[in-house]
Amino acid sequence: MKRLILALLLLLPLPGAAEEIVAGLSQSSVSITADYAGSEILIYGAVKREAPIAPGRGLRVIITVEGPRLPIVVRRKERSWGIWMNDDRLRPGPVPSFYAVASSAPLDVALLPEEDLRHAITLPRILRGEDNTAQPFLDAVERIGRAEGRYFVQENSIALTEETLFRTDVGLPSDLTEGNYTVRLFLTREGRVIDEVKRTIWVRKAGLERFLYEAAHQWPLLYGLASLMLAGLAGWGAAALFARLRW
Amino acid sequence: MQLYLPIAEVAVNAYALIGIGGLVGFLSGLFGVGGGFLITPLLFMIGVPPGVAVATGANQVVASSISGVLAQLKRKAVDFRMGAVLLAGGLIGSAIGIWVFARLTAIGQVDLFVQLAYVLFLGVVGAMMMQESLRALWRARRAGAAQIRRAHVHTWVHGMPLKMKFRASGLYISVIPPLAIGAFVGFLSAVMGVGGGFIMVPAMIYLLGMPTKVVIGTSLFQIIFTTAFTTVMHAVSSQSVDIMLALLLILGGVVGAQFGARFGVRLKAEQLRILLAGMVLLVCFKVALDLVLTPAELYSIAPMALP
Repeated sequence: MKRLILALLLLLPLPGAAEEIVAGLSQSSVSITADYAGSEILIYGAVKREAPIAPGRGLRVIITVEGPRLPIVVRRKERSWGIWMNDDRLRPGPVPSFYAVASSAPLDVALLPEEDLRHAITLPRILRGEDNTAQPFLDAVERIGRAEGRYFVQENSIALTEETLFRTDVGLPSDLTEGNYTVRLFLTREGRVIDEVKRTIWVRKAGLERFLYEAAHQWPLLYGLASLMLAGLAGWGAAALFARLRW
Repeated sequence: MQLYLPIAEVAVNAYALIGIGGLVGFLSGLFGVGGGFLITPLLFMIGVPPGVAVATGANQVVASSISGVLAQLKRKAVDFRMGAVLLAGGLIGSAIGIWVFARLTAIGQVDLFVQLAYVLFLGVVGAMMMQESLRALWRARRAGAAQIRRAHVHTWVHGMPLKMKFRASGLYISVIPPLAIGAFVGFLSAVMGVGGGFIMVPAMIYLLGMPTKVVIGTSLFQIIFTTAFTTVMHAVSSQSVDIMLALLLILGGVVGAQFGARFGVRLKAEQLRILLAGMVLLVCFKVALDLVLTPAELYSIAPMALP
C-alpha cells in the first residue's frame, strides 16, 4: 500500500519538477565559401527528467534562431507633388538580420503572452516599438523580412516523439550575414517556459571569400587598384583575342 | 550555378551575371556608352545591394570601355586630343559632384535626386536624339542622293576664343565647350553613378559637331578614366567594390563589347542613333514610372553605417 502511494506521488507533476532540455546541432559552424547557397541546420534533442513522464499535458518545444543584430534606417515614402519620396524615417536600433521560430504546436497554444513578454520569443515581440509612431515602421521591418525570407515562423514543424525526443530543420538563406547565430530552445508546459537552453552557430566567410573581404577592408586602395588592373587586363585580353580571331 | 559574392553578401546565379555583363558590353561597344545607366538597375533586380551595384558597375564599365576603345582604335576612330580635353573638364566636374553627393546624402534625399536626374537627362537627351535622327532619316529617304553634305553645322559654339585643332575629328574649335561638356558630364557621373556616355555622345555630335564615327571611340576613351577614378573612390571610401561580381560582369562585358563594335560597323549612323535614343527613353520611362506609381511597399530598409 505504501509503495502504491509512493508510486502515485511520483507520477504527480511536482511544481518545479526537473524537466530539462538536452540539445544538439548538426553543425555548430557555417563556412561561407564561393559555392555557398544556403544550408540546413538540424536541431535535435531530448527532454531529460528524473521522474517518469508526468501525465499532465501540454508539453511543447519552441526553437528560435537569431542572426546578428544590425543597426538599420527605415524610411517611409509619402506622395508630394505627384511623386513618391522618402519622408519620415526611424532608427529602431539594432534588429536581427535573421530570425526563425519553430514550434511543436501553434504558438498561441505553446506560449502564454506573458511568457513571450518575458523571454521575447515571437517576431512581433522582438520588433516591438516604444510608441504608436514607431510601430508601423517595425511592422514594415517584419513584413519586408518575411518577404525576403530572412524572417519566418514554422509552427508545428518540430516533431516531438513520446514527449521526449524532438528534432527540426531550420534553413539558413544564401544571403547570410556573418556573425554568431543564437539558437534558443524553450520547453513549455501549458504555455509556461520551464526550461531554456542556448547554443551558438558560428557563421564565417572562408577561403577566397574571407581573403577578398579582408583585402577590401584592410587595404582598400590596393584592392581598388587591383580591381582596375583586372578590368584593364580583361578588356585588353578580349580585344587582343578578338583581333587575332579576325572575324 | 549559384555563387556567393564576398562584398555584396548574396548568392546569385553566375550565368545571369555573365549575361548582364554581355548585354551591357554589347551596347557599350555599339553605342559608345558605358552602360552604367543600365547595369545598376539590372543588378538591383537580381538582389545586389545598391551601393555595391553602383561601385562594381563602374569597375565593369572600365573593362568594357577598354575593350571597346581598342576595337575602335583599329579603325582610327579615337580623337585622343579631344578625349584629353574632355577628361580635364571631367575631373573638375567630378570633384564638384562628389562634394554635392555628400551634401545630398546628409540631407537624405540622394535617391530622389538621382531618380529625378535620370528622368530629366535621359528624357531630354533621348527625345532630342530621337527627333533629330528620325528627321535625318526621313530627309535622307526623301531627297535621296541629292543632299548637300557638310562636315558639320556651324553653331554659336564655333565662335569662341582659345581655338585648338582636333585633327581626328576634323575640327578647329575653342577648348571652352569641350571643357564645359566634360565638367558637366563629370559632375553628373559622380552624382548619378554613371559613366555619362549617354550625355557625352549626343553633346559631342550636336554641340561640338564631331563626326559620329569618332564620337564613340573618344567617348569610351574618356569614360575609362572617369569610371576608373570612381571605382577607386568607392573602394577606398565605402569598400563597396565586389571583385568577384566585377570579374563575372567583365567576362561577359569584354566579349559583348567586341560583338557590339563589330555589329555597329554594319549599321548606319542614323539607325544607331535611333536605337540609342529608344533605349535611353525606355530607361527614362521606367524610372519615371517608379516615381509616380504607388509603390507596393511604402517602407524601405537601409543598413546604417556603424559609427
